[in-house]
Amino acid sequence: MTTHLRLPLPGPLRELFHPPPTPGVLSVFAHLDATLEAIKKLRAAGHTDFTVYSPIPRHEIEAALGQAVSPVRMFTLIGGIAGCAIGAWLTLWMSGDWPIVVGGKPVLSVPPYVVIMFEMTILFGALSTILGILLNAMFAARRLGTIQYDPRFTNDKFGIFVPAGSDKAASVETLLKGSGAEEVRRG
Amino acid sequence: MAEQRTTTPSRVTYDYVTRTIARTLGNPSRGYFLLLGAAVALLAVGIITLLYLLRYGLGLAGYSHPVYWAVFITCFVFWVGIAHSGTLISAILFLFRSGWRTAVYRTAEAMTVFAVMTAGLFPLIHIGRQWYFYWLIPYPNERGLWPNFKSPLIWDEFAIGTYFTVSTVFLIMGLIPDVAAVRDLATGWRKKLYAITSIGWTGTNEQWRHYTRGYLYLAALATPLVLSVHSVVSWDFAMAIVPGWHATIFAPYFVAGAIYSGCAMVITLLTPIRKLFGLEELITVHHYENLAKLCLLTGSIVGYAYVCEYFIAWYGGNPHERAAFWYRAFGPYWWASWTMIICNAFLPLLLWIKKIRTNITALFVISIFVNIGMWFERYVIIVVSLAGEPYEPWANAVYNPTWADWGIMAGSFGWFFMWFLLFVKNFPAVSISEVKEVLPPPKRQAARTGAQRT
Repeated sequence: MTTHLRLPLPGPLRELFHPPPTPGVLSVFAHLDATLEAIKKLRAAGHTDFTVYSPIPRHEIEAALGQAVSPVRMFTLIGGIAGCAIGAWLTLWMSGDWPIVVGGKPVLSVPPYVVIMFEMTILFGALSTILGILLNAMFAARRLGTIQYDPRFTNDKFGIFVPAGSDKAASVETLLKGSGAEEVRRG
Repeated sequence: MAEQRTTTPSRVTYDYVTRTIARTLGNPSRGYFLLLGAAVALLAVGIITLLYLLRYGLGLAGYSHPVYWAVFITCFVFWVGIAHSGTLISAILFLFRSGWRTAVYRTAEAMTVFAVMTAGLFPLIHIGRQWYFYWLIPYPNERGLWPNFKSPLIWDEFAIGTYFTVSTVFLIMGLIPDVAAVRDLATGWRKKLYAITSIGWTGTNEQWRHYTRGYLYLAALATPLVLSVHSVVSWDFAMAIVPGWHATIFAPYFVAGAIYSGCAMVITLLTPIRKLFGLEELITVHHYENLAKLCLLTGSIVGYAYVCEYFIAWYGGNPHERAAFWYRAFGPYWWASWTMIICNAFLPLLLWIKKIRTNITALFVISIFVNIGMWFERYVIIVVSLAGEPYEPWANAVYNPTWADWGIMAGSFGWFFMWFLLFVKNFPAVSISEVKEVLPPPKRQAARTGAQRT
């Protein structure tokens, strides 16, 4: 069951934002420690591409999944450096393009330009961080396909979705129930 | 984030948090419409005044030699200052891992965005020919002219522009998981609105992985930004040679003052919201006390800066500087200077007393006085320094604000409160996911021992 609002989108966009559904098993957990136990068991059983839902970010979940650090930081770094360079180019080139002597100071006075370079570093760094979050989350969603969801996951329940064909689904269901899932369903 | 010592009762669970905050978005009461109506009426006063200013020019605002920066610039600095504590609470306290910020930061952050939106109007009104506002922006034009990057006014434009953009995206980022939580409870047109604005958030581990990292870097970028913005605003003055403006202490002095006034404004705004929306169990006296402590710290820095300014004016031995500060304290504007000193430097000393710090009514009253005092601080710095310029005594004039100044100022309060009221009714005014973060997570172990005890 999905509660997502499906917007009528044109072809290529539909593929991007609403990838085809992935068959699998969805489980709902009331407790954090039960969720962690299930994650450990799933990893021990050799599952890799399962998804964990949680209403809040928890370091325990991150650690149990053994995820790599998000590549968003590269976006921040490159954005910040680009912003600083754009700030330097903007001020130096524009001063040179229409040279006016103000207050007897050199046409290219670097100290005041540092202020502009600083602000542009922050601006571009922040905007490319946002871009990094959006792109990375979108790529992940495309890789996983449209997966089952339950509206309680943004409230007070944790959830695990394990992609599995009909051959594996039964064993996954037993595993999840054994770890303390409140509810397990196939879709 | 580690859970911290909380005084929240045990019935405050994840579900309680979601439902309590989602309830604030229900159908508005008559009181809400009255407040919104008052805000829109004030805004209308501002718009009508602005039309008069457009028709008859800035002379209506009482500008006369040598006072050409007056109430509009005072309001600009005042509103930029208000904005600052929002970023302090949302970004700097985030980096310091202060758990108490979670209950108040959304309100503070929304206040930041709307205060910058308000502040940004004033330079545009102040330039007189509003239709040429785009001359501030470097754009290719037929005469090949570019802005003068050595001017602090251009630094200001870049600083405020960056601040507005970054604080807006920071606010929106924080909202996404909460809007998704509200989406999953809502029905009807609200569900559609929140489904679109939550851009597909479901709280998967991949989303959280990128989101938490990105949020951390945004906070790390916003922290130096907030310190830089009011420093740059202070340099609008400090870079000039006007006695009373030309001081190296200005940047830290302005930043402390900005955070001080902003924290006071957070207290002013939170008090009615907490009552109206029944958030007493989420926003507790503990949060108020922490805000009061921030006020006490920054207020003490401001008080120190006042003493320092007067001391250096005397000790520096510059006759112009001495004359300017004598004029400030004992000239025709003595009432403005003493209002500022009493409201900002003496009144907050009451916050040393724990009884006052934990009394919400007392804090609400003090916060309003701090706001008045901080408005007068900017008025004193800007208007009084210009009016009492000792270089050209023949040109000195006592400037007094006119109805046009008050009209525009009233309009700015209307504009700010209109946006703020619309925000708190349509989006979660308290962060749902971050309040949950400081609660103990539901665990089987705890559930079992709890069951045994009862």
